[in-house]
Amino acid sequence: MQSYKKITPYLFLFPAILLLTIFFFLPFFQTIIYSFQDYSNDIYNPVFGTLLNYKTLYNSPIFIKSLVNTFYFLILTTPFLVVFPLFLAILINQKIKGKTFYKLIIYLPVVVSIVVVAIAFKWLYAPNGLLNYFMETFNLPHINWLSSPRVAMISVALVTIFKGVGYYMMIYLASLMSVPKELYEAAEIDGANEFQKHMTVTIPHLMPTIALVSTISAISALKVFVEIYVMTKGGPLDSTKTIVYYIYERAFENLDIGLASAACVVLLIVVMIFSIINILCFERKKYGL
Amino acid sequence: MRHIKGFLIHIILIFVCILCLLPFLWLTSTALKGAGENIFAYPPVFIPEDFTFENFKMVLILVPIVGYALNSFIVASFTVVLNLIFSALAAYPLARMNFKGKNIIFFGILATIMVPFQAIMLPIYIITLKLNLVDSYGNLNGYLGLILPFAVNAFGIFLLRQAFLAVPRELEESAVIDGCNSLQIFFKVLLPLIKPSLAVLAIFIFIGSWGEFLWPSIILTKDSLYTLPVGINDLQGAFSANYRLIAAGSIVSIIPIVIFFLSLQKYFIQGSTEGAVKG
Repeated sequence: MQSYKKITPYLFLFPAILLLTIFFFLPFFQTIIYSFQDYSNDIYNPVFGTLLNYKTLYNSPIFIKSLVNTFYFLILTTPFLVVFPLFLAILINQKIKGKTFYKLIIYLPVVVSIVVVAIAFKWLYAPNGLLNYFMETFNLPHINWLSSPRVAMISVALVTIFKGVGYYMMIYLASLMSVPKELYEAAEIDGANEFQKHMTVTIPHLMPTIALVSTISAISALKVFVEIYVMTKGGPLDSTKTIVYYIYERAFENLDIGLASAACVVLLIVVMIFSIINILCFERKKYGL
Repeated sequence: MRHIKGFLIHIILIFVCILCLLPFLWLTSTALKGAGENIFAYPPVFIPEDFTFENFKMVLILVPIVGYALNSFIVASFTVVLNLIFSALAAYPLARMNFKGKNIIFFGILATIMVPFQAIMLPIYIITLKLNLVDSYGNLNGYLGLILPFAVNAFGIFLLRQAFLAVPRELEESAVIDGCNSLQIFFKVLLPLIKPSLAVLAIFIFIGSWGEFLWPSIILTKDSLYTLPVGINDLQGAFSANYRLIAAGSIVSIIPIVIFFLSLQKYFIQGSTEGAVKG
């Protein structure tokens, strides 16, 4: 009986740990090992202990461009996804009718598959599509949304923003519920107007949530892939090629395991830095740390 | 003053709602336009003049969208069930028991949250091939290859661990006095008490699995096992010149998940308050 009790926790943990070992820990260490292997002589008998893949990456203009593009994409999406959903959440949190209706509609793009959203936007972005018609109505020139290397990344970022606003708005709405009402009343007595009330009460109170949204939206920006795969395939002229797209090409189109794995390690390091900050600074409670 | 403020808020929110619906409405409008109507007409026509359901009929005949939806449903359902079982089982000892190596296991699982799937998908792919979990070995293997890499989710373990921690210890202690063993306590006492968290986890895993594109597009080779996102993306190649059919297929594909969302909306709202998994 006593010995049974001792192994009980391990029995409970066993299925999860087995699966995480096969589909997480093992591939995690393999990625690192592959990245230090030279596959150039014999793909079936790679030689371990080389920095060749990292050197190739470092000297690859396309990889450097993918890295730069990824951070460009992050800068295009994250600030907007931090600020705009907060603005919407504050609006919906006022005493108004139809709150649930607004929440549902704005959340809708979150549940629809990104593939469908990307297809829908591709249609809006068509050269003589709806968006260019709107441009014309405002007397603005037509834009080559997806075929101009200068604009394509912005067009992709708009899709990501469209898909994400509802998600982050809900996170803000949840923490808005915890702002004590008395603080607003006190601010009102001090003669604060609507804008000042939010600047002095809401924003400071939501600072941890704002920080949380910043890091999680940054992390998902670093991992962007599907929007690009469906709409531009990394083009035109590699202008929308990001790290994950680069990895996908090396790994599954060129079958270049070493180079793909080295790029994976770069992605791993960048994302882990953001994740560690996120977990240690903003999500301690969620994980019980 | 109050009225003007309320009015302004409604104007802004209605405008945002229109923007949120516009891409889908435009897609629907295109799908409802007949062959006699120019879908590139200038100025654009929102209400179809040559109104028809023909495109929907055609796309359902030409492409096995119902089959794709069924595959998505099978994969998402089993992913949910396995996640609930395995995450709950793993969360319980982490919340309630003391044992050797608890800290190592705890931080090991936490570490998996920090690592993006995309960074380790290449070895996962190779492992899945080596385990024969691909559709060329049969449909069952194909489904398992889609499900098993996502059958445990560290977010789920932590979500349920927090839920277990919120259950008063006295309930367990009285169950022990009544002669229950660990398994009985787990299934009869604790699981029913964390139902709300299980529901939230189930819904977010379902949405995530239903919308997953990258993994199925890498691992699947047989058209008959395609999930909806993979099948819908394929429409673009199949009907490159016919946006009416692409639009019709896309709209059909989102109907199940929109119904699912509207009927379970309260859990979605609750889920975001618990900081649930991102789909």
